[in-house]
Amino acid sequence: MMKFKGLVLACALTMSGMAAAQVNMPGGPAVNQLNLTTGVTQIARDVAWLHWMMLIICLVIFVAVFGVMFYSIWAHRKSKGAKPATFHESVGVEIAWTVVPFLIVIGMALPATRTVVAMKDTSGADLTVKVTGYQWKWGYEYIDGPAEGVSFLSNLTTPTTQIYNLEPKSEFYLMEVDNPLVVPVGKKVRMVVTAGDVIHSWMVPDLGVKQDAIPGFLRDTWFRAEQVGEYRGQCAELCGKDHAFMPIVVKVVSEEDYVAWAKEKQGANAAAADDPNKQWSSEELVARGQTVYNAQCLACHQATGKGVPPAFPALDGSQIVMGPMAAHIEIMLKGKPGTAMQSYANLSDVDIAGVITYTRQSWGNAGKGADAVVQPSQVQAAR
Amino acid sequence: MSSVTIDTIPGKGEDISHGHHDDHAHGVPHGWRRWLFATNHKDIGTMYLIFSFVMFLEGGVLALLLRTELFVPGLQFFQPELFNQFTTMHGLIMVFGAIMPAFVGFANWMIPLQIGASDMAFARMNNFSFWLLPVAAVLLTASFFVPGGATAAGWTLYAPLSLQMGPGMDLAIFAIHIMGASSIMGAINIIVTILNMRAPGMTLMKMPLFCWTWLITAYLLIAVMPVLAAAITMILTDRHFGTGFFNAAMGGDPVLYQHIFWFFGHPEVYIMILPAFGIISAIVPAFARKPLFGYASMVYATASIAILSFIVWAHHMFTTGMPVTAQLYFMYATMLISIPTGVKVFNWVATMWKGSMTFETPMLFAIGFIFVFTIGGFTGLILSVAPIDIQVHDTYYVVAHFHYVLVAGSLFALFAGAYYWLPKWTGRMYDERLGKWHFWMSMISFNVTFFPMHFLGLAGMPRRYADYATQFTDFHMIATIGAFWFGFSQLIFMYLVLKAYAGKGEAAAAKPWEAAEGLEWTVPSPAPFHTFETPPVVR
Repeated sequence: MMKFKGLVLACALTMSGMAAAQVNMPGGPAVNQLNLTTGVTQIARDVAWLHWMMLIICLVIFVAVFGVMFYSIWAHRKSKGAKPATFHESVGVEIAWTVVPFLIVIGMALPATRTVVAMKDTSGADLTVKVTGYQWKWGYEYIDGPAEGVSFLSNLTTPTTQIYNLEPKSEFYLMEVDNPLVVPVGKKVRMVVTAGDVIHSWMVPDLGVKQDAIPGFLRDTWFRAEQVGEYRGQCAELCGKDHAFMPIVVKVVSEEDYVAWAKEKQGANAAAADDPNKQWSSEELVARGQTVYNAQCLACHQATGKGVPPAFPALDGSQIVMGPMAAHIEIMLKGKPGTAMQSYANLSDVDIAGVITYTRQSWGNAGKGADAVVQPSQVQAAR
Repeated sequence: MSSVTIDTIPGKGEDISHGHHDDHAHGVPHGWRRWLFATNHKDIGTMYLIFSFVMFLEGGVLALLLRTELFVPGLQFFQPELFNQFTTMHGLIMVFGAIMPAFVGFANWMIPLQIGASDMAFARMNNFSFWLLPVAAVLLTASFFVPGGATAAGWTLYAPLSLQMGPGMDLAIFAIHIMGASSIMGAINIIVTILNMRAPGMTLMKMPLFCWTWLITAYLLIAVMPVLAAAITMILTDRHFGTGFFNAAMGGDPVLYQHIFWFFGHPEVYIMILPAFGIISAIVPAFARKPLFGYASMVYATASIAILSFIVWAHHMFTTGMPVTAQLYFMYATMLISIPTGVKVFNWVATMWKGSMTFETPMLFAIGFIFVFTIGGFTGLILSVAPIDIQVHDTYYVVAHFHYVLVAGSLFALFAGAYYWLPKWTGRMYDERLGKWHFWMSMISFNVTFFPMHFLGLAGMPRRYADYATQFTDFHMIATIGAFWFGFSQLIFMYLVLKAYAGKGEAAAAKPWEAAEGLEWTVPSPAPFHTFETPPVVR
């Protein structure tokens, strides 16, 4: 046992050296934060107020009841010669302590009702964004407004070296992403939330929002951020192994910045659309594919390609990866129902061709198996 | 309890001598047959208690593994998939393996003794319902060693995540089915025993509250265990037989699972706390030397809690996105539960008021229960407010809340009851000084472990996370230290119980507690193998 404690202690010392100096995370948790955030929306402030109200009422009752109990424990003890009374009921008192709590509860329910109604009112939105939870990343799609049609995936950017304690952790450890959701300040943003595989939950405490993402169903929620800034949250519904590694970052910007961002993003999306008829070299495809693999596939199939069987099969030596390309393209486009393997049809032909080529030329697969190179045109033909 | 006075005390001497009669049907069996073929409620009760303690240790070790990983941010000891297996199995084992069987063990031992019955109504079914449990425990534990390991979908086994799991999920489903069958049989046995086998004169409203709370709990069990069985069977057929109950692409609905699960799950919460209320209601009057205040209102409050438990389930699902009317209804209904629960706490305090109290270990645990359970009750009330719940749902605030009611609630009540009745079970007094050490160590370390989790949850730390932002580090460290402290404190309890069972320690009188009431104290300590073969008459 001592050995084990020693080990834990040693680890703790190493880790505390590795961990970043603790500083508050802007838009995320503060160091040793004790209470709810008041956030940057009316809802978040209302919720924090409700919590204070509940806490104070509960504390008053708690102190009163246990004041009586501890007084009794102090005064009515045998060692002080207390003689037991014999009363064992009192209709009046019993009715009183049923009715009074009932009235208190009604008093608590009234302000809470107002907030519930406000939270559920998603009407009159200035902007609608669809969020899709995937194992283990978020996808965003702008339904209307200047950024209409813009869609992207949002992945964790914390390097694994930090997760495995090989280098110091940054202040945004586990709560930083490559592509944050960008929304304008002061506008009512309606979030339409769904999921592609299992249930996730889209939570941003500073916005006062948490909505489960349910595969096959759309649910909505809303927020109106009052301050420019970046606000951070995490997935709040157990969704499998990397549940802790799919954060949410919402970047609230001014209206002008938002319009500029939308324009740039729409342009970028157009530019990123590669010419599908171009013949790509094997090296180009592998390079493209590695980027795609790291962003999309690595979480399940692992950097080694060994996966985590049986839920996440190995690609190294896989029948599909080694066999003819048709089955490989099909599983990428359609996914495998009933498993975590979702459809990747939302990726571009070049991305899919790249990642297929990459997996066919990596690990023990290189040089073996059929169809070492898959061209984007072949993916397009299979769609 | 209203005054129970006994006209005829079943001869103590009679019972003992009876046990030694040459009547083969009533002798004490020896060796392994005594346990494998046990039909005696006391033996079966003992086996339930031992089983639940073993499972408590297994679940506890899993909890300590979780806390070890969470001591500092980053991944140190366990990969997230294994961490999720530990989380899931910790929950399943503690709920179905430790807390529930422990209360059934208490019921087996104490209900016949408290109502003056000679045994449980269905002695052989009693045997079967116990021996199903080790089978289920083996299945559950073995699931760690199948390909893919144990189920990692959380103890709630939400679809569609549970549809992705490996064969460990199927083992868990079978194990839960078996434990559910065991619970239903145990519940039927308890209901029939209480309704049919009470001693003459023991009217329902004279029964000890432990019997009352268990009677109501048993009805809850019969009502909801089949609902759980249905939910997990639908998962099983979705997994293997092509159905799509929880698959939207096939016309199903993942949220349907949550509705069914929590229709079971919320009454389940009360299944794990109502018998605890019964134990506390026996102990507080005994050590306050004063009758329980408001016996009748205690019975009505218990029944109200049980009825309300069926109409509040969706407060576990506020973030799924219900219509506004449903959110308001479930919020209001849930808040109502605080009223009967409050009545109970007020009654206990009023029982202590103007009593003549002493503070032996059972009383310490009972007071500790009232104090800490009430904190869990208040956080429950705070969570019932839907807007607050939406902010803290699936965070450590919820983890703190349900450990305050399940550990400081159910478990502390079990400890209180164990110390209270241990002299009756073993004929030996436990070591009072060590018992008090056990209480104070448990009480302090429990709060060190779980109180900081409120802060973590309010700050937005989601539950079931293998790794976390560095801002949460300090509270996680404190919680881990508290958890190990709490875990090792339980060894004191194990030592005390084993010592008493080994027959060491001061011999216990038939009624070791000055003001304890009830028929169980009219038989010798340890309770002979057969008791109340001639029913006592209660006036």
